[in-house]
Amino acid sequence: MNLDIRTVAPENLREEMLRLRREQKMNFLETLTGMDWGEEGGLGVVYTLESTETGERAALKTATTDRENPMLPSVSDIWKIANIYEREVYDFYGIKFTGHPDMRRIFLREDWVGYPFRKDDEPEKENPLRMTNEPLADVTESYVLNPDGTVVKETHPIFEEGEYVVNIGPQHPSTHGVLHFRVSLDGEVIRKIDPVLGYIHRGVEKLNESLTYPQTLALTDRLDYLGAMQNRHALCLCIEQAMGIEVSDRVKVIRTIMDELQRIDSHILFFSCLCQDLGATTAFLYGFRDREKILDIFEETCGGRLILNYNTIGGVMADLHPNFVKRVKEFIPYMRKNLQEYFDIFINNVIARNRMDGVGILSLDDVISFGCTGGTGRASGWHNDVRKRMPYAAYDRVEFNEITRKEGDSFARLMIRMDEIKESLNIIEQLIDNIPDGPFQEKTKPIIKVPEGTYYTAVEGSRGEFGVFLESHGDKTPYRLHYRATGLPLVAVMDTACRGNLIADLITIGGTVDYVVPDIDR
Amino acid sequence: MLFDFNVISQWLHGALTSVMPEWAAILTESILVALAIITLYAVFAIILIYMERKICAFFQCRLGPMRVGKWGLLQLFADVFKMLTKEIISMRQSDRFLHNLAPFLVVIASMLTFACLPWNKGAHILDFNVGVFFMLAASSIGVVGILLAGWSSNNKYSLIGAMRSGAQIISYELSIGLTMLTMMALTGTLQISEIVEQQYAEGWNIVRGHVPAVIAFLIYLIAGNAECNRGPFDLPESESELTAGYHTEYSGMHFGFYYLSEYLNLFITAGIATTIFLGGWAPLHIIGLDGFNGVMDYIPGIVWFVGKTLFVVFLLMWIRWTFPRLRIDQILALEWKYLVPISLVNLVVMAIVAAYGFHF
Amino acid sequence: MKKPNIKSIPYEEFKDNETFEKLVAELNAGGANVVVRKLDDLIDWGRSNSLWPLTFATSCCGIEFMAVCAARYDIARFGFEVTRNSPRQADVILVSGTITTKMAPVLKRLYDQMADPKYVVAIGGCSISGGPFTKSYHVVRGVDTVIPVDVYVPGCPPRPESFLYGMMQLQRKVKVENFFGTVNRKEKDPFAKEAVREKEKEIFSEEEQA
Repeated sequence: MNLDIRTVAPENLREEMLRLRREQKMNFLETLTGMDWGEEGGLGVVYTLESTETGERAALKTATTDRENPMLPSVSDIWKIANIYEREVYDFYGIKFTGHPDMRRIFLREDWVGYPFRKDDEPEKENPLRMTNEPLADVTESYVLNPDGTVVKETHPIFEEGEYVVNIGPQHPSTHGVLHFRVSLDGEVIRKIDPVLGYIHRGVEKLNESLTYPQTLALTDRLDYLGAMQNRHALCLCIEQAMGIEVSDRVKVIRTIMDELQRIDSHILFFSCLCQDLGATTAFLYGFRDREKILDIFEETCGGRLILNYNTIGGVMADLHPNFVKRVKEFIPYMRKNLQEYFDIFINNVIARNRMDGVGILSLDDVISFGCTGGTGRASGWHNDVRKRMPYAAYDRVEFNEITRKEGDSFARLMIRMDEIKESLNIIEQLIDNIPDGPFQEKTKPIIKVPEGTYYTAVEGSRGEFGVFLESHGDKTPYRLHYRATGLPLVAVMDTACRGNLIADLITIGGTVDYVVPDIDR
Repeated sequence: MLFDFNVISQWLHGALTSVMPEWAAILTESILVALAIITLYAVFAIILIYMERKICAFFQCRLGPMRVGKWGLLQLFADVFKMLTKEIISMRQSDRFLHNLAPFLVVIASMLTFACLPWNKGAHILDFNVGVFFMLAASSIGVVGILLAGWSSNNKYSLIGAMRSGAQIISYELSIGLTMLTMMALTGTLQISEIVEQQYAEGWNIVRGHVPAVIAFLIYLIAGNAECNRGPFDLPESESELTAGYHTEYSGMHFGFYYLSEYLNLFITAGIATTIFLGGWAPLHIIGLDGFNGVMDYIPGIVWFVGKTLFVVFLLMWIRWTFPRLRIDQILALEWKYLVPISLVNLVVMAIVAAYGFHF
Repeated sequence: MKKPNIKSIPYEEFKDNETFEKLVAELNAGGANVVVRKLDDLIDWGRSNSLWPLTFATSCCGIEFMAVCAARYDIARFGFEVTRNSPRQADVILVSGTITTKMAPVLKRLYDQMADPKYVVAIGGCSISGGPFTKSYHVVRGVDTVIPVDVYVPGCPPRPESFLYGMMQLQRKVKVENFFGTVNRKEKDPFAKEAVREKEKEIFSEEEQA
């Protein structure tokens, strides 16, 4: 959708934000996107907000023209997730947020020179490949704005003297990729977690600025590779909406079925990896056995197993394979039957229950404040399903339930996924028999230019709301293409979820909140 | 009648004393026995690792090793050759002496315990009047090796793993001791050969001692599994938390020793279960069926012993590949809140059973 | 001439034999002792059939690696299923996924932590050349700029079959190694005790200065 952005001066930002939070109940900070509008526009931030109670949405922006020492007020005390988002903006644009408690780089090395996302920055010139071990700071900085307008820099230690700090990652079997947690332990009890990200930061967003629109599609599959279909769907949808392309019904249904197959695939992998993390290796193999069936279906139609490259602007890459319907119809009862096995071998096991029941409880306020969408949010009772909130593709014509639970513990998070598999099977079952006829690809111009404007489109990815924030200046390349990573809030919430639990619970919680690291780092 | 291994050992002794003095004969015999035990140790480790990989594959609907040799039989030999020629890394800032000593302690502990197993009638390596006691004592040396490994590695993961294993093994030793004590109350002897002889004459202990013996057997299986650090009690190395736990920093053959001793400990745990509960080398006898019993007696004792032991090993592997891992507090709660009280009550029950002769 | 022999792929089906044959010819130019050669064969056989991978994955290819370990493709058939989480115990590092400049020193360190003999397989476009991210400011353009690579497996991500083929190629490569028979080595043995000690001293003094 086209965003209607209100400009707020930096001085009034906090006041306005507090007003929105209190009066309009804007309790969900959907995105916080750093921007560089050049010399005149300055460096700034775009906020999109939503109220989970009324469904109202708002978009604001603020900017400063000071390029040497840009400062903006922080909103990290209003929404908890802003903490990590503002660190991201600081890392990429060098905007310092006054009042932010922990102004450190988050993705790039601490000895990185420059701010790569600024339009005038040449990151490669100053930053050769450094083979020295990365220095990790023990102190963090914060900038405090005094009432008289001066800014004071303060330093705080991250960990107290004498704390027993264990590095979990970057190469660790159960961080699901190259994630690094610095964990302070008291015996085996976790006192604090400091996530260090960026080990797989590939600068996708920066790369996008030099790619044409069809080229940018290729990189979305590689963000959250377990939501390849949905990610690409989101970007195609965003560009189509911006250009006013209406895809045929056939494409909508195909995309819906593919998204749901991908969701099942991802949830099976979630289950498998959780079992692996908790030491039930056999259940891991069972999950993979069933996952291969979905990959077979994908492979016939898309040609790929994991990276599918299927959606295109205005349609899909190729029509469905003749076997598609038959295979999917075989798969639905097969999966329903095998889902029971998961319960028999793992979920109903007394040890597994003890490991998960009541572990890592997240309250409803926490998940909303941290913006943990997807299964993790729904396990705490937050109705956040984009398919229901802002229906897209064929979701308005199928009947399905939004699964939510109240407990908010690890077991609830697992059960949400299991129930969603069933729900996805239902959706596919409703659609598979009546895929409408029609073209699978609309005609588009050879060179795609998106009209000037700022757009935001979200789809329900495998692990939450995957949003595409696109600012176009009418060129054939995007001016700024930002993805709302589904995983970043999930990593941000780890500290809250894990404190006071044992180190073994860190693995359980990390497994059940279900993040994919390349999606976090982008 | 069952084959008595004493025939062979006496013949050997006689043959040796006829060509050399008494002391030289005993020395030669000791060396032969030592060689035999080391060979057996290696052979059983290889059999068990192969068995584990195949059984695990079976549970996981896979094939397991099958390319190296027929059915992958040579797979383990390939692993051994590789391990032998692999570099052993010694790190700066680690306690080198203790670091190198630790794997040997673990191997020595399991080898000493291994020597206590009764293979056949008359085929014991170590057998004296406090055999069970010695076996328990020897097997607990292993934990020292693990603690040393964790301490000397200068690695936080290793240290946490070692501390876990210390807490776990020492706790579960209690259950093992108590179940042994329960069974000793029934048998009235601590000599391993006598325990088996008794079962040969009067029936397997698990049948003789009926209810308390079955309870003791189950507790022993749980505690024994915990004792050899295997899933669901594999916390000290818990791969997904501590990468490789206490042996994170070990490479080459030093790691190989841990790997071997893990499987040997499994064999020993199963072997002790066989000896104490399932009649050791005593064949299956059913009262009243003399013909059947006669046939069973023709099967040599060593086959019975190894067969029963591998069966128990299979049970333990089944558990390993089915259950998820426990958490450290759950492990300790299971031991101290459930197993120890149950074993204590069970001991009293067994004492009553033994004293009033309620057993078969 | 020694023909590398792997049971699972017939020799004829293996297209690029020349590279290895030349290598073998070069290595055996001086001619090794029969006994030594036989012992070497035995060790090479052991090593090539027992390549334990390090569980190392940074992105997409890691998921395919999991699929290779799972039931349908079952890497265990070759005896590679003993994935080790500790680099000390692993033989081969499968670099599956993009290596960023922040990850490069970590990868180097992992490689250094592994015990000899160690092998590297670069899986997927990203680790071979940077793949689709090759123009990024934060991506290493090929892991061979950081650590020596033995086998490259192209794909994005490679299919499990290519994984297995890549591993078999590595097996072939291992099969032509010499453990004892270093008869015609011209340069100084880099692993001789004195040389190692000198190197150690150098490193220590460097570290102390830093």
